[in-house]
Amino acid sequence: MKLIVNGEALDATARTLQDLLTELDLTGPWLATAVDGDFVPAGERIDCTLRDGAAIEILSPMQGG
Amino acid sequence: MLTLYGRDFASRLLLGTARYPSPAILADAVRRSETQIVTVSLRRETRGNQNGQAFWSLIQSLDVTVLPNTAGCHSVKEAVTTAHMAREVFGTNWIKLEVIGDSDTLQPDIFGLVEAAKILCDEGFEVFPYMTDDLVLAERLLAAGCKVLMPWCAPIGSARGPQNIHALKTLRSHFPAVPLIVDAGIGRPSHATQVMELGFDAVLLNTAVAKAGDPALMAEAFGKAIAAGYAACQAEPLEPRDFATPSTPILGQAFS
Repeated sequence: MKLIVNGEALDATARTLQDLLTELDLTGPWLATAVDGDFVPAGERIDCTLRDGAAIEILSPMQGG
Repeated sequence: MLTLYGRDFASRLLLGTARYPSPAILADAVRRSETQIVTVSLRRETRGNQNGQAFWSLIQSLDVTVLPNTAGCHSVKEAVTTAHMAREVFGTNWIKLEVIGDSDTLQPDIFGLVEAAKILCDEGFEVFPYMTDDLVLAERLLAAGCKVLMPWCAPIGSARGPQNIHALKTLRSHFPAVPLIVDAGIGRPSHATQVMELGFDAVLLNTAVAKAGDPALMAEAFGKAIAAGYAACQAEPLEPRDFATPSTPILGQAFS
């Protein structure tokens, strides 16, 4: 399945957002996710089925002003 | 005490965490400034690179309150989604709301700002809006549910200091009970003192410290300058006069 992850094209085998994070080796309570512009809480990732072409954002804490 | 959304703070400096030469210098600057509130952000995590975890661990070790921002968001939708993400990661309802309208000046999109503020306040967020110094905008943000206002005094990172003292004074006089924090444009400690002398409650700054030759020393200088400005305001400074007034008593003067 073709996805856009953090602005870059990606061919992934994952079918859910939770599986995608595992596939990318991105885990931890400091990560936040959104699919197609909508926030997906950590507890809902396992049920969040991804569609072909979906745009996923995976964010983490960073310096800010 | 500075009270923001029911929480009390001894320091009136809010410090940004971006653009420091190293994490160690950032930590030193936070400590020496004696700030109790730092701003943080969310950015895309690189695959296999746990930068976010390291940064978050550092911030947690500083024992400060975090104010997440929506920096870089150019639409209501982006800002609201980022606020939702920040609430989960940082475990706080506080959000510094930025909806940028112009990429060159980083001027807020005031229409999007009010719209996003209304959505987030209705959802239980405690919103710190990064705004221009416009009086009517301030009224709309308060009506949207904001309990704190954060007008800029010059464009972000410009270090130009207060550009419109009259507008800042107008905000202060119209909203005597609303916490007002000058956010953006401060370049030197004297700028911070100046806005505190006008009666502002606090100052939020970042670049002026982070890009100084000695960030930790500058952080300490800002902490003291803000405290001095606040004390000066409490002490009711004299208004300027057009003519001289002798400070030494005339009574008893010789040769008169």
